[in-house]
Amino acid sequence: MTLPSEQERKERIDRGIKIRSDSIYAMMSHRELSYLTLPRLILIVGMLMIPLVIPSMYWQRVFTISCIYALLAISFDFLAHYVGLVSLGGAFFVGTGGYLAAIANTSLGLPPWLTVPLATLVGGGLCTLLLLPCLPLRGVYFAIVSLMYPLFLARVIEALDILGGTDGIMGIDSFPNHWVEQYFIICILLLILFGARRLVNMDIGLVLRGVKDNDQAIRASGISVTFYKSVAVFIASAMGCLSGACLVHIYMWSGISQFALDFSIIPIAATVIGGGGTLVGPLLGCLILVPISELLRDFGTLRIVFYALILVAFIIFRSEGIMVYGQRKYHQFERWIKY
Amino acid sequence: MSKEPILKVSGISKSFGGIKALNDVSFDVHAGEILGIIGPNGSGKTTVVNCITGFVKKSSGHVFFRGKDISRKPPHKIADMGVTRTFQIMRPYYSLPAYKNLVVPLFSPRAKRTGGWRGGGRLGDRNTVGIDILEEIGFERDSYVPYKLAATLPTGYLKRLELARCLALKPEIIICDEIFSGLSMSEIASMVPLIERLQMDGITLIMIEHRLRELFRVTDRIMVLNFGKKLMEGHPKTVMANEAVKAAYFGSQTVQEVMDHA
Ligand SMILES: Nc1ncnc2c1ncn2[C@@H]1O[C@H](COP(=O)(O)OP(=O)(O)O)[C@@H](O)[C@H]1O
Ligand SMILES: [Mg+2]
Repeated sequence: MTLPSEQERKERIDRGIKIRSDSIYAMMSHRELSYLTLPRLILIVGMLMIPLVIPSMYWQRVFTISCIYALLAISFDFLAHYVGLVSLGGAFFVGTGGYLAAIANTSLGLPPWLTVPLATLVGGGLCTLLLLPCLPLRGVYFAIVSLMYPLFLARVIEALDILGGTDGIMGIDSFPNHWVEQYFIICILLLILFGARRLVNMDIGLVLRGVKDNDQAIRASGISVTFYKSVAVFIASAMGCLSGACLVHIYMWSGISQFALDFSIIPIAATVIGGGGTLVGPLLGCLILVPISELLRDFGTLRIVFYALILVAFIIFRSEGIMVYGQRKYHQFERWIKY
Repeated sequence: MSKEPILKVSGISKSFGGIKALNDVSFDVHAGEILGIIGPNGSGKTTVVNCITGFVKKSSGHVFFRGKDISRKPPHKIADMGVTRTFQIMRPYYSLPAYKNLVVPLFSPRAKRTGGWRGGGRLGDRNTVGIDILEEIGFERDSYVPYKLAATLPTGYLKRLELARCLALKPEIIICDEIFSGLSMSEIASMVPLIERLQMDGITLIMIEHRLRELFRVTDRIMVLNFGKKLMEGHPKTVMANEAVKAAYFGSQTVQEVMDHA
């Protein structure tokens, strides 16, 4: 490597409007107010408009599935960047939520508007309970165990031929029509996105971030690390179970492919692309990645190669992810300065 | 000193692998006093703190707080009882502003129980209380310092933040692990009255220190550790006159300096 003749570095300065908008003055001016609300507004209106502008039913369905993945990706981002738990449990959550909703619908005869909340809460509790033993441990245990359960459960269902065995559970009610389906999932997604962003800035959210930053200091503050980890895991796994429950009502079928590793891997890839720690970035990443993955369906297993290439390209060229980059450009300007 | 001690450490030992970091150490702390613990580097001072507060598991021995055995309790339970500690290597939440660092301990069960400030659980409350505590501990309220990210704060403020985290819990005991080290003379000079005020507020303190001169200003009983063993305890003057202590501190000019001073 050659050294530059003059030492230069990039200086980043908050835009004046960002500083003004952080303070109380934001309430007094249209400019500051719109600076704050415009990005949110674009997101909400954009999400609500997409189903209307997409021409075919097929691509509308792809968009809905992207939203399902987005729930998983937000759940991953929340655990990884605000609690410090790297979860590979997407498949575990989807499978648990999916099968619970399927059973509640076919055996108990409950309609979707009851099975979905039921699967969300019961599934969240169940997943948390099963993950509880590895919560006091630091390191990779959580990731490994969260990956082990879906593999294990799929094999159990297959081997014991329970819950429909390899055929799965069929005859599950769909949502009343595809508009309800789409807008239900979009609204849930937006609610959860803004709810999660709110949560991480509340006092309890600061405790969770403290768990990630410095768990010893949390202990020294008289707070149980394991308790707050389990609260966070409950929130994240409930999100995942919710997406699983929605999925079985969309497909009107629940099978062991609900435990497929796609549900664990794609959300992580989407978080890398969209920008970890932003919560909205993973949503964006899913809106990009899931349709691309559909386009590449014809290539069969070669898909993985394209995936890997996209990911590697992102990690090399924009390792921070789209949203982190975008937020920086929005809030700050840059200039080169000499040392 | 016939009263029952608030903290009774009875024969604790700790080995890491083959190394005996602590070997049968016993001592008492009485309510309202400031006990100093000194000793050369690696003599086991931090390990004593970790054993009392539950951060490492003792190999043997017991710790009693107000007569209750707390030897087997996890760290957050011990802190919940009011036995708090600072870390020698500071442990703030670097990604949070200084005052938000205090929102975390203020959210703890103990703070919710003991804090007289719980006014309806509004979001803003803990922020204000956090800033109040920071002001008490020497952060200038009207400056930008309480609002700065902990990652950008200099050592002096981080040490104060360690103390502030303990204070947020309304503690009965604070164990300070080398809270003066890494500070300038003037910073220490401004910390000493703070320590004295904590004692006046009825908080019992254990101060682990290398800065003997400043330590001797605030304490009148010290204990010396060497190679994980308790060498002796007593008044600073008698302790520093002891030949064994002099030998342990051999090579350090502080002994003579401090002797002159004491
Ligand atoms: N977590 C640990 N693992 C292994 N050895 C340790 C650990 N903590 C402390 N020690 C050892 O125990 C001895 C005492 O350390 P410490 O209590 O930190 O001393 P001090 O605080 O008096 O400088 C040292 O020899 C140190 O190497
Ligand atoms: Mg030490």
